Amino acid sequence: MTTTVLGAAAPKPLSPWTFWGRALVLPYLLVFAVFVVFPVGYGLWLARHPASYVKLFDDPIFFRTAINTLVFIVVAINLKMMVALALSGFFVVKRWWISVVAALFILPWAVPSIPTILSVRFMLNPEWGVINSTYFRLTGLDGPNWLNDPLLGLSFSMLMHVWKSLPFWTLILVAGRLAIPAEQYEAASVDGATRWQKFRFITWPAMKSLYLTSTILSMIWTLGDFNSVYLLTGGGPADLTHVLATLGIRYLRLDQVDLAMASIVVALPLVLPLVFFMMRRLGK
Amino acid sequence: MSASWKKVGNEARLLLIGIPVLLWTLVPVYHLFLFAISERDSATSGRLWPKHPTLQNFEIVFQQKHFYLNHFWLQMFNSLVIALAVGAITLFVATTAAFAISRLKVRGGRTVMNIALFTYFIPAAFLAVPMYKTMSIYGLLNNQWSLILAMVTIASPYCIWVLKQASDKLPWELDEAARMDGAGPLQLFRLVYLPLMVPSLVAVGTYSLLLAWNEYLYAFLLLSNDTDVTLAVALGHFLAADDSPWELLMATGLIYALPPAAIYYAFKRYMVSGLTAGAVKS
Repeated sequence: MTTTVLGAAAPKPLSPWTFWGRALVLPYLLVFAVFVVFPVGYGLWLARHPASYVKLFDDPIFFRTAINTLVFIVVAINLKMMVALALSGFFVVKRWWISVVAALFILPWAVPSIPTILSVRFMLNPEWGVINSTYFRLTGLDGPNWLNDPLLGLSFSMLMHVWKSLPFWTLILVAGRLAIPAEQYEAASVDGATRWQKFRFITWPAMKSLYLTSTILSMIWTLGDFNSVYLLTGGGPADLTHVLATLGIRYLRLDQVDLAMASIVVALPLVLPLVFFMMRRLGK
Repeated sequence: MSASWKKVGNEARLLLIGIPVLLWTLVPVYHLFLFAISERDSATSGRLWPKHPTLQNFEIVFQQKHFYLNHFWLQMFNSLVIALAVGAITLFVATTAAFAISRLKVRGGRTVMNIALFTYFIPAAFLAVPMYKTMSIYGLLNNQWSLILAMVTIASPYCIWVLKQASDKLPWELDEAARMDGAGPLQLFRLVYLPLMVPSLVAVGTYSLLLAWNEYLYAFLLLSNDTDVTLAVALGHFLAADDSPWELLMATGLIYALPPAAIYYAFKRYMVSGLTAGAVKS
């Protein structure tokens, strides 16, 4: 009698399989708790005062930043993805020299951003940069002060971003194109389909879902692209080329942590739906 | 006749795409290289090849003969140690988690996958602000562990996800056979699982190593002493002044960019199949 009661009360010994299952998943859960849950919770707590948001919306730089970020995401990402889609069609063509181009094309993605971004920054230097010195030699005129113009500065930051991440997305879309059976194109050729018709009726339907997923993923990640703006324009001139990624860091360095967190929190209504959309797509 | 003209037209069209693509890709890299091998002041001459190409800039860098480069070798060493530590710790954390979720079917494994995916999608720059504050609470600011742990946090979700996708493809019969032979969970992990996962492990190990080596934002937020920082932060210091020695910056940048490029090309086979298949599942 007593033994059965004791047996029921004592915790069932874990099988080694269950025990090790829990033990092995623990390191990641610890990392997650200590370096994601706590920071995010603490950050949200820092951003709890409505006054921070009033201050944020009163800051003209924030308004400008919000617009810059939207332009960056809508214009640069769509441009990049369309070019990547077109280029993926080029890279699937079988020629020896295209394989060479493909290997070199990966270079921007394979090397760290700092040296190459700083290289472009110096190319654009108004006095010593190679662009304006060449322009001066040819015309005898001073070239524009490229990065001192907010619109040009932001455009170059967007181009920098495209330069850096285009190879990666092209590679993804090449993988997508290679998955399409070649017979479909052969059959279409027999039927006399044009290049455009092949794209419209074979390539696009097969790639649509991959293209959409890639675009959304790229948009989310681009919100975190600090380097393309910070290292090229530093957010200047007059803080007119900031994006959310650099603005948060700017507030942090000015010791206005509540504003830094608030600027991130206001972006969440835009970011979280995209994140959940991606989780549903990839989490299956 | 018309068929061959069509062929020529087709090749011309390909070249018309290939040449601009090549120029677009190579101009910033070539500019970097050109500066690194040019004498001071002659780099902006607009020549495509310097009149007197020189290795003098590299000599100055290697001998640390400039104010900005006083700790070049130490910073290079910091970058290396931090990248290796991030690679090793991420591999450990991600492999154990993927094994527990995919092969041991630990309860709640799905939830763990979801939180990992969620972390993967948080833009890194958004997490940087709270991470900085947290590291200061933990007392880890200006300690290289802060950068290592932050990079492990950022790298591991994606690695877990890629490894889990790969583990799910391994046949169940292997596990059953091992269990029949009396293998315990750790023996299954060591003797069956790890050997079969080598290609994916190489891919995610390389991924996290390169991520840490290349990182700039977290490195410059979390570390500030000249003797602690990585080479990436040291390169950023050149921006502090307008009259920076750009040719030295470019030479240092080239040295800094070579190892990741070499590693990438050496492991390209693993990287491309492992990462593109993982990055976007169609």
